[in-house]
Amino acid sequence: MSTVEQQQAAQETGFPMEAAERTDLVPIFIMGKRYEVPSTLTIQKAFEYAGYQLIRGCGCRGGICGACATVYRMPDSPKIYVGLACQTVVQPNMYLAMVPFFPANRAVYNLEELAPNAKTLLKYYPELAKCMGCNTCTKSCPMDIPVMEYISAALRGDLEKVAELSFPCVMCGICTSRCPAELAQYNIGILARRLTGRHIQPAATHLREMIGRIESGRYEEPLKKLMATDMETLRKLYVERQMEPHTGDEMWQPDDKQWL
Amino acid sequence: MAYTPDLMALIKKVEKTRPERVARKKAGQEFPALTLDERKERLEKYHPDFRSGALRELKVGPSKGYEVAQEIADTFEARSRVDPDKIDLNEIHYETDVLVIGGGGAGTAAALIAQEQGARAIIATKLRHGDANTMMAEGGIQAATKGWKDSPYYHYLDVMGGGHFENDPELVKTMVTEAPKVIGWLERLGCMFNKWSDGKLFTLHGAGTCRKRMHYSGDMTGAEIMRTLRDEARNRVNDIGVLEFSPAVELLMDDKGRCSGAVLYNLETEEYFLVKAKAVVMATGGSGRLHMQGFMTTNHYGATGDGLVMGYRMGVGVRFLHATQYHPTGAVFPEQAEGLLITEKVRGAGANLVNIDGEQFVFEREPRDIESSSIIRECTKVGKGVPVPGPGGKWGVWLDSPMIEMLEGKGTVEREFPAKFILYKRYGIDISKLPMLIYPTLHYQNGGLAYASDGSTSVPGFFVAGEVGGGVHGANRLMGNSLLDITVFGRLAGETAGKYVKERADIGPLSVEHVRKFHNELIDAGISTDRVSPMILPDYGTAEVKKRQWTTTYVGTVR
Repeated sequence: MSTVEQQQAAQETGFPMEAAERTDLVPIFIMGKRYEVPSTLTIQKAFEYAGYQLIRGCGCRGGICGACATVYRMPDSPKIYVGLACQTVVQPNMYLAMVPFFPANRAVYNLEELAPNAKTLLKYYPELAKCMGCNTCTKSCPMDIPVMEYISAALRGDLEKVAELSFPCVMCGICTSRCPAELAQYNIGILARRLTGRHIQPAATHLREMIGRIESGRYEEPLKKLMATDMETLRKLYVERQMEPHTGDEMWQPDDKQWL
Repeated sequence: MAYTPDLMALIKKVEKTRPERVARKKAGQEFPALTLDERKERLEKYHPDFRSGALRELKVGPSKGYEVAQEIADTFEARSRVDPDKIDLNEIHYETDVLVIGGGGAGTAAALIAQEQGARAIIATKLRHGDANTMMAEGGIQAATKGWKDSPYYHYLDVMGGGHFENDPELVKTMVTEAPKVIGWLERLGCMFNKWSDGKLFTLHGAGTCRKRMHYSGDMTGAEIMRTLRDEARNRVNDIGVLEFSPAVELLMDDKGRCSGAVLYNLETEEYFLVKAKAVVMATGGSGRLHMQGFMTTNHYGATGDGLVMGYRMGVGVRFLHATQYHPTGAVFPEQAEGLLITEKVRGAGANLVNIDGEQFVFEREPRDIESSSIIRECTKVGKGVPVPGPGGKWGVWLDSPMIEMLEGKGTVEREFPAKFILYKRYGIDISKLPMLIYPTLHYQNGGLAYASDGSTSVPGFFVAGEVGGGVHGANRLMGNSLLDITVFGRLAGETAGKYVKERADIGPLSVEHVRKFHNELIDAGISTDRVSPMILPDYGTAEVKKRQWTTTYVGTVR
């Protein structure tokens, strides 16, 4: 390896180092048991550092899949804290457990036949009406979603509001685990979003037009010609293709319209 | 965890050059793009695939003699978890029409469409249904849906150019012509794309696109597609069964050489189960968790290239597997976010890449391999990388997200990138005001198992969809063509498999002779190894812990 390659190798490796090399260890309590782990690790990496091989509670490792819902407490605080294990950095003396799975009711439905209103939501999730407005769901959401607000919007039949507010939901289920009214908020959220996407948002007419053009066979010949073209011509066509300007208007049109 | 005072001082230099860079962009003056010849040179000098020792020649199997990444070659040149002498092929635990291996976007799309053909399906997946790279895809999905400025013709040109004109033309044609239909399908399933009030879809540029055709759902496009497809599969629970925490470890054939099922491994109870099926759709995705050359990765936990191994052992060749995609913009600070993907949409929205002096050094919409090579060059040859605080002496360059606010208006960053905005906020960094520190990160498997445009392969009864397959992207995939790939080819593989099972009369006696044959090939090639594959899960345990695990048995990396 050249020096540059060695530098690159050092640069590009992203694993936690061995304890001997770390001087910043802090104590944490995994399910009540004490371990010392580097202070900059996330809870997820701390589990692995401590010797766990994760099967449950680990998915994307990037804060979007909702596999690693974690609850923890801190000494001298009466509060229950929540977070995603892959996103939350360890804190000295935190004591924690991952929630590997939490059961939730999920309705089976045919989206095509449903009306986008509160009645539909209440039919499939009657427990929705039991919401007592305690706001525990909102307080327990690691994505900072105003969960109770979208549940209220669901009760009002404002599905677009539910869709908008619940959009960043990663379906980790912490809200559901904490809800005294036994709602499965995230399942209500996705039903409302699908109803919104299917039945409330207008369909894109330009999309139907393009599908029609494709099905009419309009692009078959031009594409076949491209597929058969020699490399030099293809490169030329590529280099010379007109770029839609970055700041251009949505309705911008290219000069050459013969391949549209 | 916010930026250190040293970094804050360096950010001043970025802020100093920002107004001028914004003005240039507003005036349509982009940083000059590299010519095709310059691209080639930059790749060969700086792309990790071209480093000495990155690749090695395969000694066994259908693509013997072909060079792939060392880490992939290791999984190919390894033994099966199944012992052909011991397995009882008469004890079948599940029977179905179509077995889909992999519960990501491609697999779920395949199961849905196979079911619509009248087939029963089982999805076997390593982790939970939806734990897949699909879930993590952020930026968008390409499709030429705007007939007044775009068409599959231009999409085709862009895909070919991005892949350095080596792509399989038939696969590319299929992908670009199916693309708008897929968007229509997702729209009908209730997938929430960003739209104007009249229903017109929002679209943006991606790197290497000549038209704005990147459709998106915030910066969670993949998550939105994945959860919608998964939700729909759950509505068809009578026909689509899902086996979670049950990765496939080997394929089964019958006496006529047709693929006829698979062996699953229950990760929790450590039992093996046999599934007999008339067709198998392989949709296991990519292999970032093999950590080529030790690179950090954006991939999900289960991305260990299992489908490649199983398909290869059964005799399906691979192509373009020599090319690994390094995403230009992975987070390098703070340490706990390391390797995390920063969507290309940030550059698509206009953010420059700048060095320690606040200078732009590359056009931000070059194809990914060119962009990554340019960043590596800036940090090594040019020496204008930004030092990253913390252990390791790393460096990165700035991704100037605040530019987006100046170009598109205040609040755009939070609105368009809600997931990343929240993530950085957690670490005390407001990315609408401060740039992000990034470096290339291992992102995508450009190649894979060889397949035809209907998903079929050289083995009857065996179909391939998504990242596990190779050809459509050539040696370099463009942004927004991965979500497109998995949905287009997931649907097509599901359709072809669904039709195939109707025509297939029977399944002969089951066989794992292909495994025996492969094991013999290893011996003949002089490969004596205790490696087992597929890997199933990466191993992040420390050597210290292992030293104390006196009685623990590891099969490969799995306890």
